[in-house]
Amino acid sequence: MSSILPLTLSNAYVKRRGKTLIGPIDLSIEAAELTIIIGPNGAGKTTLMRAMHGLQRLTSGVLEFACSIDDARQAQAFVPQNPIMMRRSLRNNLIYPLQLRGVSKSAANAQADDWAQRINLRHALDQSAPNLSGGEKQKVAVARALIREPELVFLDEPCANLDGHATRDIETMLLAERAARRTIVMSTHNLGQARRLATRVIFMLGGCVHETGRADAFFDAPQTPEAAAFLTGDIV
Amino acid sequence: MDNIWDGIKAAVYLLVTFDRDLMEITLRSLQVTLSAVAISSFVALPFGAWLAIRRFRLRRAAIAVLNALMGLPPVVVGLVVYLLLSRSGPFGVLDLLFTPAAMIIAQVIIITPLIASIAHQAIRELWAEYHDLLISMNTTSGQRIRTLIWDGRRALITAALAGFGRAIGEVGAIMIVGGNIDHATRVLTTAIALETGKGDFALALGLGFVLIFLSLLVNFATHALGRTERGKFW
Ligand SMILES: Nc1ncnc2c1ncn2[C@@H]1O[C@H](COP(=O)(O)OP(=O)(O)OP(=O)(O)O)[C@@H](O)[C@H]1O
Ligand SMILES: [Mg+2]
Repeated sequence: MSSILPLTLSNAYVKRRGKTLIGPIDLSIEAAELTIIIGPNGAGKTTLMRAMHGLQRLTSGVLEFACSIDDARQAQAFVPQNPIMMRRSLRNNLIYPLQLRGVSKSAANAQADDWAQRINLRHALDQSAPNLSGGEKQKVAVARALIREPELVFLDEPCANLDGHATRDIETMLLAERAARRTIVMSTHNLGQARRLATRVIFMLGGCVHETGRADAFFDAPQTPEAAAFLTGDIV
Repeated sequence: MDNIWDGIKAAVYLLVTFDRDLMEITLRSLQVTLSAVAISSFVALPFGAWLAIRRFRLRRAAIAVLNALMGLPPVVVGLVVYLLLSRSGPFGVLDLLFTPAAMIIAQVIIITPLIASIAHQAIRELWAEYHDLLISMNTTSGQRIRTLIWDGRRALITAALAGFGRAIGEVGAIMIVGGNIDHATRVLTTAIALETGKGDFALALGLGFVLIFLSLLVNFATHALGRTERGKFW
């Protein structure tokens, strides 16, 4: 793996019609970390991840990778808050990113079988994806992002609509990816999940990175009163 | 009244006996129109998709022009194609006037804007849905267009069917450029016009039934596609 990481944002802003959505932001994402972004609704988690992935242009500031932007784009994936299902079968959704790369049909199908197994949807492979339940779609979106083995994956609240079983399926997958040293950036409102998965934490508030650090240190002893309050469930 | 009743009886007789003239004219109609629909779709579907995903300065103007072209009076299209193909015209050397090829050209000009416009509409909706996904997967423009055309195929078939419906029933333009020559360029609509003028209602009505049947078939197909669309069948 030729690494695209670290990713660094310097003095980055995203503004819309004069309103600052996020910024100023300075941070870096290191290889093989599982970074969890937490923070209240509207804090800018989604906007930050879209900006890092390139779906949202920075109004000012710099986004850099260890390689060219074009190479970096090839090596990352993004799972949005609301999964987008292509109007195809589940199988064809899973193999789509592989087809883009010219992977042979049989190899792609074998991988689709494997990933469908991991998300417990093997029985639904030939079902039309837009007809799946909300939680099933979310699992498919995660599998479709991971299937082409990107170096860097962004997941925006991947377990938001999932029940306990499905959440565990996804967490198991993410822990396996973490163990395989894949770099993951993920937002969640589930603090228990954040504790289970994170190696690093970014706490966002009002469009800025309010506090960031190693996960164990952050959860044991947050440095700012706002982060401490957020962790104990107070409204910040 | 008797006239009409006799005409209907004779028409049914022509139909059930697969009358040679009637078959020949019907097949030529289908050949001309299906060729036109195929050529138009080949151009209009990718163009509609391209227009939907591409942001450029004159995009709104291009869409306005497309919609205006959709309203071109077919007779005028026929006139222009006639002038272009006539002996003294710029394409006179090709010797295409009064051939099925000339009729195909006229129909292509008439239905391409229609198919492109409907395709553009459908693809634009799908693009809004797929935008983030296809951008995120770092797809090329070609991959985007192919994906949108494939996943939007039901709506695009509907667009092609609309083109077929418009072309098969068109009479003015193909009368001018085809000339309604027996055994050469006579098609359903021009034959009906001619036979009605001559007072031969049997053949005119028989051909009319075929035309109505084809139109209904297209409508049913469109309707059925709309239903699978809503039921998200394939
Ligand atoms: N396209 C946009 N135009 C204007 N404002 C926007 C746009 N996108 C986001 N915002 C605003 O930016 C702020 C941050 O939004 P964002 O979606 O990043 O928050 P979030 O932290 O992901 O929230 P949640 O936890 O609810 O998902 C919000 O106040 C939102 O209203
Ligand atoms: Mg969000």
